[in-house]
Amino acid sequence: MPAVVVDHVAHHYGERQALAGVSFDVQAGEVFGLLGPNGSGKTTLFRLLSTLMPIQSGRVEIGGRDASQQPDGVRQLIGVTFQSPSLDGKLTVQENLKHQGHLYGLSGRALKARCQEVMALLNVTDRASQYAETLSGGLKRRVEIAKCLLHSPQILLLDEPSTGLDPGARHDLWNALESLQRNQGVTVLVTTHLMEEAERCHRLALLDSGNLIALGKPDELRELVGGDSLTIQADQPDVLAQELSGRFGLSAQRIGNALRLEHERGYELITEIATQLPGTFRSMTLGKPTLEDVFIKLTGHQLEVVAPEPANKKKH
Amino acid sequence: MTASTVSPLSPPRHAWFWASFTLAWREVVRFLRQRSRVTGAIGQPILFWILFGAGLSGSFQFGGGSGTNGMTFQEYFLPGVAVMIILFTSIFSSISVIQDRNEGFLQGVLVAPVPRSSIVVGKVLGGTALALLQGFLFILAAPLLHYVGLAPPISLEFTTTGILGSIFFLTGIAIGLTALGYLFAWKIDSVQGYHAVMSLVLLPMWLLSGAFFPGTGSLWLSWLIRLNPLTYGVAGLRRVISRPSADLSSLPPMWLCITVTVAFALLMLVLDVWITRKDKTVK
Repeated sequence: MPAVVVDHVAHHYGERQALAGVSFDVQAGEVFGLLGPNGSGKTTLFRLLSTLMPIQSGRVEIGGRDASQQPDGVRQLIGVTFQSPSLDGKLTVQENLKHQGHLYGLSGRALKARCQEVMALLNVTDRASQYAETLSGGLKRRVEIAKCLLHSPQILLLDEPSTGLDPGARHDLWNALESLQRNQGVTVLVTTHLMEEAERCHRLALLDSGNLIALGKPDELRELVGGDSLTIQADQPDVLAQELSGRFGLSAQRIGNALRLEHERGYELITEIATQLPGTFRSMTLGKPTLEDVFIKLTGHQLEVVAPEPANKKKH
Repeated sequence: MTASTVSPLSPPRHAWFWASFTLAWREVVRFLRQRSRVTGAIGQPILFWILFGAGLSGSFQFGGGSGTNGMTFQEYFLPGVAVMIILFTSIFSSISVIQDRNEGFLQGVLVAPVPRSSIVVGKVLGGTALALLQGFLFILAAPLLHYVGLAPPISLEFTTTGILGSIFFLTGIAIGLTALGYLFAWKIDSVQGYHAVMSLVLLPMWLLSGAFFPGTGSLWLSWLIRLNPLTYGVAGLRRVISRPSADLSSLPPMWLCITVTVAFALLMLVLDVWITRKDKTVK
């Protein structure tokens, strides 16, 4: 049985369509990624999966339970972490966990034992009596995950889990997630706009403007882009694009100041361009296609639209 | 595959009780850890009581002038200050609704399998417990200010009925005001916006409750006071703690005080639960 079934789910905010009939399944015990730029509908989908919004059309099933008919049944199965931290800064790590446990009907000795377990699992036991507001971003995120594991959910939903984390903390976080998936058989569903995170998922759904544009393993998706991927940085990309199409019959995609093209034998092409069009480019990069290339090929635009990082909230 | 084939997870036991209790407890702990809040909520009203009391005592008349049945302004103002402490405490605890929402704490609660009404009950009872504690301590401690020369002698009725009665009214007022604050806070997305409501609605409501002045001199003012549900809580509290000789004939009767205070508290709670359930796109 799939852990999550998303069946023709559409969602509107007034006139604006956020999701246009998306369908996919997530298998139990897999790490599944929803990849898309800001505004692709992935956060909307995330909120629908976490039972925070009513489903307008289509069907969402989690662990075999229909999300609109049995929201409380679904809520028992899922552990959710949001982009904005849900820890109470004025409480210690342990107190945060205790309150969370009460919300799920845990209490007394059983709760205490469970708190110890999840803190050990996420390696935050030594922070138990520290106020949550004094923790670093990475630690907060780990406590956050410990918190949503308390009631032993079968499915973990994480919205942009590495937002605001430095690479080291990001790495630790993913190790923790992968060990949960391996050792406890937890299904992990993350939304992300970061390549690096997407590469660590078993399967990915690519979303763009509310549509599912591709679904598969990262390798399968990369195969959608044939051969090598060549990126050329140029001062006058339009002029260069004309040259390329005139001389080599190549059609390149323009992304900002760069041109991007795919070629069976990129390594030969790169020397030809370098010898025949010297001085027209600043740099050329040849590589195996990345998920970013897949995304660009399918949509014509970049995945990682650089979004302003949310300013650190001031303490109240 | 249908839902019925899934092994049923038993729903959390006593979910409503645990959720309400834990949210209320969190409210109390949070408040006590923020010293500035404690001082703000209790310090300012006491300061008002001392300063206004000293400033206005000469020009005040209530309950038959300055004879044996009359009251000093400090005596008159005392239940009003207790209600002000309750007002400030409930304002602070409902402001936290806005913070919880903006900081994501509320989302964490909303994805848990807890009845929505327990979110309201937890918040309101937490605020009420704090307000009651502070208001009651003030009533017990205020007469002592006389001994340090900050207030005239206060004669209050500290009988069992007086104490139980004041706990009753303080609780009723605290539930009503905290629940009213919740109602505003649920609809307002910034703390700044809430401050506007505080100055334009909540403080005038206190001012026009007979807490600060009887307002019997002006017709329109006396009507505003009569229409204000808080008036009846203040009057009830005044009735239970004033000494028997005081002339309170201008206050609404006790049965009306009890009815309005209880009805207002219940109505606000029901509205809170309704607005929380109705809101399906809680940010």
